[in-house]
Amino acid sequence: MNPGSESTILDMEITTLRELNAALHEADSGDFVVRNPRGAHAVAAGINSPVAVTVEGSVGYYCAGMHQVGRVLVHGNASTGLAENIMSGEVRITGSATMSAGATGHGGLLVIEGNSGARCGISMKGVDIVVGGNVGHMSAFMAQAGSLVVLGDAADDLGDSIYEAQVFVRGDVASLGADCIEKEVRPEHIEIVTGLLAASSMQADPADFRRYGSARQLYNFHVDDIDAEVAAR
Amino acid sequence: MSNESHTFDRSVIAEIHRAANTGIYRIRGFGAKRKLPTLDELVFLGASMSRYPLEGYREACGTDVVIGEGRAERPVRLDIPITIAGMSFGSLSAQAKEALGRGANAAGTSTTTGDGGMTAEEREHSSTLVYQYLPSRYGMNPDDLRKADAIEVVVGQGAKPGGGGMLLGQKITERVGKMRTLPEGIDQRSACRHPDWTGPDDLEIKIIELREITGWQVPVYVKVGAARPYYDTALAVKAGADAIVVDGMQGGTAATQDVFIEHVGIPTIAAIPEAVRALKELGVHREVKLIAAGGIRTGADVGKAIALGADAVSIGTAALIAIGDQNPALEAEYQALGTSAGSWEDYQAGTDPAGITTQDPALAGRLDPVIAGRRLANYLQVLTLEVQTLARANGKSHVHNLEPEDLAALTVEAAAMAKVPLAGTNWIPGVTG
Ligand SMILES: Cc1cc2nc3c(=O)[nH]c(=O)nc-3n(C[C@H](O)[C@H](O)[C@H](O)COP(=O)(O)O)c2cc1C
Repeated sequence: MNPGSESTILDMEITTLRELNAALHEADSGDFVVRNPRGAHAVAAGINSPVAVTVEGSVGYYCAGMHQVGRVLVHGNASTGLAENIMSGEVRITGSATMSAGATGHGGLLVIEGNSGARCGISMKGVDIVVGGNVGHMSAFMAQAGSLVVLGDAADDLGDSIYEAQVFVRGDVASLGADCIEKEVRPEHIEIVTGLLAASSMQADPADFRRYGSARQLYNFHVDDIDAEVAAR
Repeated sequence: MSNESHTFDRSVIAEIHRAANTGIYRIRGFGAKRKLPTLDELVFLGASMSRYPLEGYREACGTDVVIGEGRAERPVRLDIPITIAGMSFGSLSAQAKEALGRGANAAGTSTTTGDGGMTAEEREHSSTLVYQYLPSRYGMNPDDLRKADAIEVVVGQGAKPGGGGMLLGQKITERVGKMRTLPEGIDQRSACRHPDWTGPDDLEIKIIELREITGWQVPVYVKVGAARPYYDTALAVKAGADAIVVDGMQGGTAATQDVFIEHVGIPTIAAIPEAVRALKELGVHREVKLIAAGGIRTGADVGKAIALGADAVSIGTAALIAIGDQNPALEAEYQALGTSAGSWEDYQAGTDPAGITTQDPALAGRLDPVIAGRRLANYLQVLTLEVQTLARANGKSHVHNLEPEDLAALTVEAAAMAKVPLAGTNWIPGVTG
């Protein structure tokens, strides 16, 4: 919020989803407060300017989907696909998110103060995600780039088929998915975690995190060539 | 008499040897190659005493298609019922993408992006560009989404319903890798499921999100491989699609396991009537548009697909052939690669002598996009003239007036699949006994 400036109130009791998003898309800047979201889907999806949006209540699917540039703060919980394909800017939620939070995000920062369900950061492509609580199974599945920082625990199959994304977990990891391994934590990794904890205003000791990433064994098909071997004898 | 086995014929034996040598399944491009039931097994009846034909050259025969009217602010308006299917930059060279755009523009139709996002060149060279929204979301960017003239949510494709995209390391150059956020040289195997929705109820919400982000400006299509077209079409309608693309098992691919290409999905001739049945039952036939794909080659195929109830068709392989794939003039080079013009299928290898399915600058540079674009425009014109000729002969002033009534089947199987009578009878197996 920009202190001192007036916020525009968008009350979903009287404002339709279309009117709400159209107002957010038309604005070049400014502060907005969304009241009575009552689990509506696609709230504040497609923002593309430095607006600041505060949502007072829980939202449905795809809140802040494909988010760019601005800031969205949700006081509540979110359902599937929170900030999916986020490109830049920041999305923050005080409660918990269900499945596929931050899916395929290409950039920006997603902060979930509570827990995140299954597939958090699935196919992430550069976004940074900080989760205050735990993440569900198959989080960081096929994750390509960016960092996922988890202050709590991770459920089964963390980082299955992961590419170059990095996963940092402070608590327990139930199991790692295919081709995901624990990796050494070097100073540059502590630096990443320190930076993301600061950016997300989360309290934790960066030294408490373990790092997971790709063993890179699935990157290429293994192709044998017995004929060539025999011919070369 | 040859003592070659029918069960273990030469190609089977060669494949067993290949598998034993390499330990990896066969990956290739193109579409299904074995003999499948096709639209060739149908014929038009033409005019007669009770059906008057239109004059071949004079009387108007409309070919336009409008997609998304009533829901999208800017519906897609095509002059011809033939669109260019989604083929990615990455699988195709930039020159090939440009040629497709040029040809489609000249013919008044659309092109489609693919698994890997939209390139600036592609947007520039296509007046009507459909943006694919795929499970991998490679290069998925809301700025590009807003530049699109339509959005196509890809659930599957005919060559591999249930399988994700594939692009082998030879084609993951620095630019392609960057667009997809992947390390150079990796054997890319894309996701086969969307990361943030499962099932039709979720898809309905996803489509609302896409429309919200693009301000309800453009139509949304849903593309499925022909697996269960009746149910998939009904569910896509329920989810709010403006158009459904049903891609039969003959559909081409840039790279897929051969076992997948040849053994998964149902043929186009069987898929169209099932999709149409769903549209009719829901009372939205010719309102929610049906785009049929998979093995479309001629104006006859276009006309038959439309007569069975499709609104338009989509072509991949035929468009690549039109711009120069399988060119006999390159025979020596195909031979050097162990194949021949007409049999070339290694789209995955990146060694295409025609410069189409490659990322090698030297090979790609061989394709002149202006000339290749003209070839495609000519080919699309021929398809359009052919379908108009057939429609007029059946007394139709618009190709969309063609109907199953105008068709007969040459085989019992085709009659059963297409649900039109076996020629010379009024027997439709499974319908009339
Ligand atoms: C080289 C090539 C690349 C393709 N890439 C994609 C793709 O990225 N996304 C997609 O949905 N389908 C893709 N397809 C399938 C086509 O969109 C289309 O469904 C198919 O080519 C239609 O069948 P046809 O080739 O017999 O005309 C590709 C096909 C080819 C030949």
